[in-house]
Amino acid sequence: MAKKKTIRTIPQERTPIREIDPRERVRNFIEVACGYRVEDALNEAERCLLCPQPACVEGCPVSIDIPGFIQKISAKDFHGAYKVIADANLLPAICGRVCPQESQCEGVCPVGETLEPVAIGRLERWVGDLAIAENWSNLPYIEPTGFRIGIVGSGPAGMACAADMAKAGCEVTVYEAFHQAGGVLKYGIPDFRLPNSVIDAEIDKLRKLGVRFECNTLVGRLFTIEQMIDEMGFHAVFIGTGAGYPSLLNIPGDSLNGVLSANELLTRCNLMLARDTFGHDTPLTIGRQVTVVGSGNTAMDAMRVCLRLGAEKVHCIYRRTRAESPARAEELHHAEEEGIEFHWLTNPVEILDDSKGSVRGMRCIRMELGEPDDSGRRRPVPVANSEHEIETDMVVFAIGTNANPIMGQTSEIKLNRRGYIEADDDLATSLAGVFAGGDIVTGAATVIEAMGAGRRAARSMKAYLGIRDTEHPGRAVAGEKLFGIDLAERNFVRLRAA
Amino acid sequence: MGKLTEAGWETMQVLEKPINSQNLQRAQAMQQANQASQFQIVTRQDFSDVTYLLEVCYPLMAKAAQPGQFVIAMLHEHGERIPLTIADFDRAKGTVTLVIQAVGKTTREMQQACQVGTSLYALVGPMGLPSHTSGTKKIVCVGGGLGVAPIFPQARAFKESGAYVIGVVGFRTKDLVFWEDKFRACCDEFIVCTDDGSAGIKGLITDGVKLAISKHPDIGELVAIGPPVMMRACAEMTRPHGIKTVVSLNPIMVDGTGMCGGCRVRVGGQVRFACVDGPDFDGHQVDFDDLMSRLRRFAQEERAAMDRWSESCRMKIPVDPRSGTAAAAASSAGASDEALDLPDPFEEVEGG
Repeated sequence: MAKKKTIRTIPQERTPIREIDPRERVRNFIEVACGYRVEDALNEAERCLLCPQPACVEGCPVSIDIPGFIQKISAKDFHGAYKVIADANLLPAICGRVCPQESQCEGVCPVGETLEPVAIGRLERWVGDLAIAENWSNLPYIEPTGFRIGIVGSGPAGMACAADMAKAGCEVTVYEAFHQAGGVLKYGIPDFRLPNSVIDAEIDKLRKLGVRFECNTLVGRLFTIEQMIDEMGFHAVFIGTGAGYPSLLNIPGDSLNGVLSANELLTRCNLMLARDTFGHDTPLTIGRQVTVVGSGNTAMDAMRVCLRLGAEKVHCIYRRTRAESPARAEELHHAEEEGIEFHWLTNPVEILDDSKGSVRGMRCIRMELGEPDDSGRRRPVPVANSEHEIETDMVVFAIGTNANPIMGQTSEIKLNRRGYIEADDDLATSLAGVFAGGDIVTGAATVIEAMGAGRRAARSMKAYLGIRDTEHPGRAVAGEKLFGIDLAERNFVRLRAA
Repeated sequence: MGKLTEAGWETMQVLEKPINSQNLQRAQAMQQANQASQFQIVTRQDFSDVTYLLEVCYPLMAKAAQPGQFVIAMLHEHGERIPLTIADFDRAKGTVTLVIQAVGKTTREMQQACQVGTSLYALVGPMGLPSHTSGTKKIVCVGGGLGVAPIFPQARAFKESGAYVIGVVGFRTKDLVFWEDKFRACCDEFIVCTDDGSAGIKGLITDGVKLAISKHPDIGELVAIGPPVMMRACAEMTRPHGIKTVVSLNPIMVDGTGMCGGCRVRVGGQVRFACVDGPDFDGHQVDFDDLMSRLRRFAQEERAAMDRWSESCRMKIPVDPRSGTAAAAASSAGASDEALDLPDPFEEVEGG
């Protein structure tokens, strides 16, 4: 490298990503962002200052060595770049697409102080896609330990945990209640944002690592967590079932036909492929004028799905302003481009009946922002005499989820007050050998946070089983302890299952 | 190292097109279907032109199943997920029994496709909270329509817990009666009601319930499974007597694990999800109007799917007297059910 890069010498403009024209894309499910080409990636990689103490790594929930992989891209060692990412994150093609980078790695990128931050997410996605296309996989030599690990839920948390445990030489079985693996990545995130082919490719990588996926298995009901440990011979279990119990606003008219949760809409569309009327049996009726309540990523997905399925007009109702919207910046931007009509500072009061059991409209009230609440966001308060009606014939609630009750109903596992599984910092639960992570512990969060939790649980499991962390033996911070075991200690004996 | 091959680059382009993703998915689904012959049908019995029984080999589920629980089945990889209440389970044989009425597209397709030796594409469960089948000394178990089969394991469980069991089941006519011997084996009293009086007493199922209540003043509980109208009628009948009444609801579902909220019902003013909070609820608290309105949610789509499917069947099989009679029976069923003024819940359930 000739000269040290500075903010003045790097390409000033963030390399744009090719996107399908909004007018064209609202009628199909083709992925909106087309991804970088090689020259785009090389150009964008030049913008990284390779900070000696990179803030982006701190900002990443799974601590990917971001300057490391970008440097490899610059050096045109693309496989090397993949290896650097895969060290920390087995699913770069997914995370590059769905992580809220602006509030993680890109949010703290020093380049972003004066220019647009380095497009870390796009680079990660590019490397991930390349790895799928080139069929690279990071298959280390795995020495079988004989330990059997059961994982409940095949979503991001389960997949991340499965990958780490398989690499540690464990025999991993992942249980999924649906007929296809992938969890929320499959049923929740639409193809135009994360194509199913990408998920399947990533799942195939796990299969190559020896992970077994058992679909059509509702753990808790078919067998319990306790049975997995006591009767089925699992040495440790990870629960990553997700929150999955949609909230509905308790307002008049919320049980009308035409009122549904975003989860239901998205599952019918993405997993059951209801959008393909003649090929698939699952029905899905889309209104002419759809109203989506909420403004998170799920709301954006729901709105854009409705547009693609033929809705003439899609409204978004959110009680705060655009600035407080929890959606990824890119999703919000795409939704706006596609012609979604946003009603900020508006809250639904009642869903109006057409006297045939369906929806005719929605009565709303305007809000204004008052004092900050517990979450630090300014609390919306209703404005007096501001009620008005919106014409709509379909209402979708995308206002978050509550804890799914099945684990609590079928197991002795300790839950917290809100019904989520109680786990300590090591993600150990009240049952010995049972770990939990992701939305079922924290409440609804992001894919990457769930993956982070899956990996953290895997680390705890390894310590619990006495398996040395072969992946990053040196990386553990000295003095950091897990179940009283010093993680930096390299020479404790690896146990073998009986 | 790191050099991008031409082929790799092309694959990468292809990856961005979901059309291919669908093909890939289909190919994988087919592959899985071939591997997963785990949900094999070992017995099939036809009770009538529209009602048929499938016994599926699934030892793990047979071991776990409890009265009152249900399963979700998929016939093929493009099929819909339909909830079906478990009609019986045999832990020794390792089988689960489903009794299905061919009223919609999927159930008719299943009627044709599900033969002994074939397999379902997917079968997941048992789902839902098991019924409470103890703590009652004298119980009335009511089954109407498709509720006849699922009430059986409940009656048997109550009998095993030492209760005095009065079974009440309803059919249109004598020819449609099934499982009488099974019921008689576990019921202390067994009342069959037929619309035309060709078997048992003549009248609606509620007449049978009335008979049981008038004969036994000490009934502790009533369990009703069947069309919503029937369950509501039963609940209204027991309300003045203050008899605890449990009904098993079967609304439209997708996943059956609490994730979609499609099966929400109003019970005592509260929104509950039938798949994880039920399917059993207090019959005196259930908002049946709400339930019935929500069951009609996909009526139109279901009819369209049915028409399309019948059309394609006609094209494939030029003369099929069987399906002809099935259709006729179904339409006549609709006509005679008018007495109860019900859209059969299981008809619309196909929508999920």
